[in-house]
Amino acid sequence: MNIIVCVKQVIDPEAPPSSFKIDAANNKAEMKGAPPVLDPYGEYAVEASLKIKEAKGGKVTVLSLGSGLMREVVKKPLAMGADALVLLEDEAFTAGDSWSTAGALAAAVKKIGQYDLILCGREASDTNAGQTGPAIAEVLGVPCVTLARKIEIADGKAKIERVTSGGYDIVEVPLPAVVTVSNEIGEPRYPTIKGIMAAKKIEPVVWKPADIGIDTSKIGAAGRRLKISRLFQPIHEGKCELAAGETPEELAANLALKLREAKAF
Amino acid sequence: MADYRGIAVFCEIKGDKLLPIAAEGLGAGRRLADALGQDLSAIVVGSNIAGVAPQAIMYGASKVYAVDDPLLKYYQADAYVNVMEKVVKQIMPAVIIMGQTDIGRDLAPRLAFRLGTAVTMDCVDLAIDPESKRLLQTKPVYGGNAHAVFTTDTNPQMVTIRTKAMVATVPDSLRKGEVVNIPAGLQAADIRTKVINRVLEEVAGIKIEDAQVVVSGGRGIGGTEGFKQLEELAKLLKGAVGASRPPCDNGWMPDTVQVGLTGKIIAPELYIAIAISGSSQHMSGCSGSKTIVAINKDKEANIFRYARFGVVGDWKKVLPAFTAKIKEMLAS
Repeated sequence: MNIIVCVKQVIDPEAPPSSFKIDAANNKAEMKGAPPVLDPYGEYAVEASLKIKEAKGGKVTVLSLGSGLMREVVKKPLAMGADALVLLEDEAFTAGDSWSTAGALAAAVKKIGQYDLILCGREASDTNAGQTGPAIAEVLGVPCVTLARKIEIADGKAKIERVTSGGYDIVEVPLPAVVTVSNEIGEPRYPTIKGIMAAKKIEPVVWKPADIGIDTSKIGAAGRRLKISRLFQPIHEGKCELAAGETPEELAANLALKLREAKAF
Repeated sequence: MADYRGIAVFCEIKGDKLLPIAAEGLGAGRRLADALGQDLSAIVVGSNIAGVAPQAIMYGASKVYAVDDPLLKYYQADAYVNVMEKVVKQIMPAVIIMGQTDIGRDLAPRLAFRLGTAVTMDCVDLAIDPESKRLLQTKPVYGGNAHAVFTTDTNPQMVTIRTKAMVATVPDSLRKGEVVNIPAGLQAADIRTKVINRVLEEVAGIKIEDAQVVVSGGRGIGGTEGFKQLEELAKLLKGAVGASRPPCDNGWMPDTVQVGLTGKIIAPELYIAIAISGSSQHMSGCSGSKTIVAINKDKEANIFRYARFGVVGDWKKVLPAFTAKIKEMLAS
């Protein structure tokens, strides 16, 4: 089994919302005081790949894209148990949309060559789009199953439990295929000391646009089809009426009274 | 570009009924169509769906494109992408609206990239730019911490819409419309994926997406025992119990009641958030609620920025007293 997992370095989505700041001039956002992290949704994809590797053997190659990628961030999947790391690292790859990003990732997948399965998170925690996985599948012309909560490999096929609003579908798909992974797959494992030591010894392979034979007009900001015209923080009034009281009983009774006055029930 | 005209809504159905998200899509589509002075059409895809077209017309479509084929009985990406590609190339709409559902999430990106265009997922607002006449597509990003407005120069302009973010048109059974049947032209071999089984994990009682009152708990509830207390309050208010992500990840509550960006998006009359800090991720799923009430021991918790009423205190002490008081009020 050759598995390629796509991951992303993002601003920390778990940082308190109060540290979220927007740079309106550049339509960019940051978490003040919090370093970037590996996208948690991508970590579920890493976890899924390692579960398959444990069951079936094989090689897990991690693929990421951006510029200024912090090694301690993008090497985390290696510390969790992945085998190799390929970085598309160049300013030209950045500020893309799903389309230009998927085009570059698909070109890198072709250059990596052998793959049975490509895994992505169900979406990224910054764009919340969930398009990169399906887009890679369209570019490569392979089938795609989204929102996986369980993946089993047998006889050149993947059997996938796909999350639906009322439960899940069991879907069978021939390999190679793209699968996006949802959080229901289970908590990603923590890197072990042994894993961290092993990750230190693995040097990432770094590719520039020319290395994957892609024109810079097709990637990053230049290759975007979706144009962002504005990024802003919605305003919440924050007019919470707190119930008063000395004891829990008083607090509870006053809250209930407020709700009745407001005809909330 | 002038070749692309009108608004088309991909209408999801269950059996022979239009789903609420389809009516919301038609509502949003109707307003955009009126702003552009163009037509609104509905696209319905499935098997034995003759009864659906009149419903789409009732909700505002002037034309319904129906693709009825046994191979389309259940959603499968390959079948639906191929069929939608064919329909869209035939009708050439300026805008395509779908729902941000487990189907829309899968179908919309595949179709967009197949058509050589782009899609904005999970829009909460749609408008026509008065000058360019292009679609302004507003969606939450960064887990709901920010909103972004997108436009595209490619056609058709595609979006999915968030559940309950758009208002459905008032249905009118006297509205007239035309139904156009389009053959699917599918071969079984076109469908590479195979659905082996569909498992429904129905919860007992009122479904969280239909409930007028939802009582939700977070990590601080601590386990299944704690959620029983939430159930008691929910029952009293004829509502349902929900949860933020940690209780579902920990197996205290089923995944189907998770409220949030990656779970259910709900908009009940009353949302009671207990021991929920109010991450943007979670608030994405409930911020459309009419009244939000928070019980949390941390007065700085983000939930109080969204709540209309609240108590700063330990839920273990406050909730039993609150439930008792509500019971007393309902009895009198």
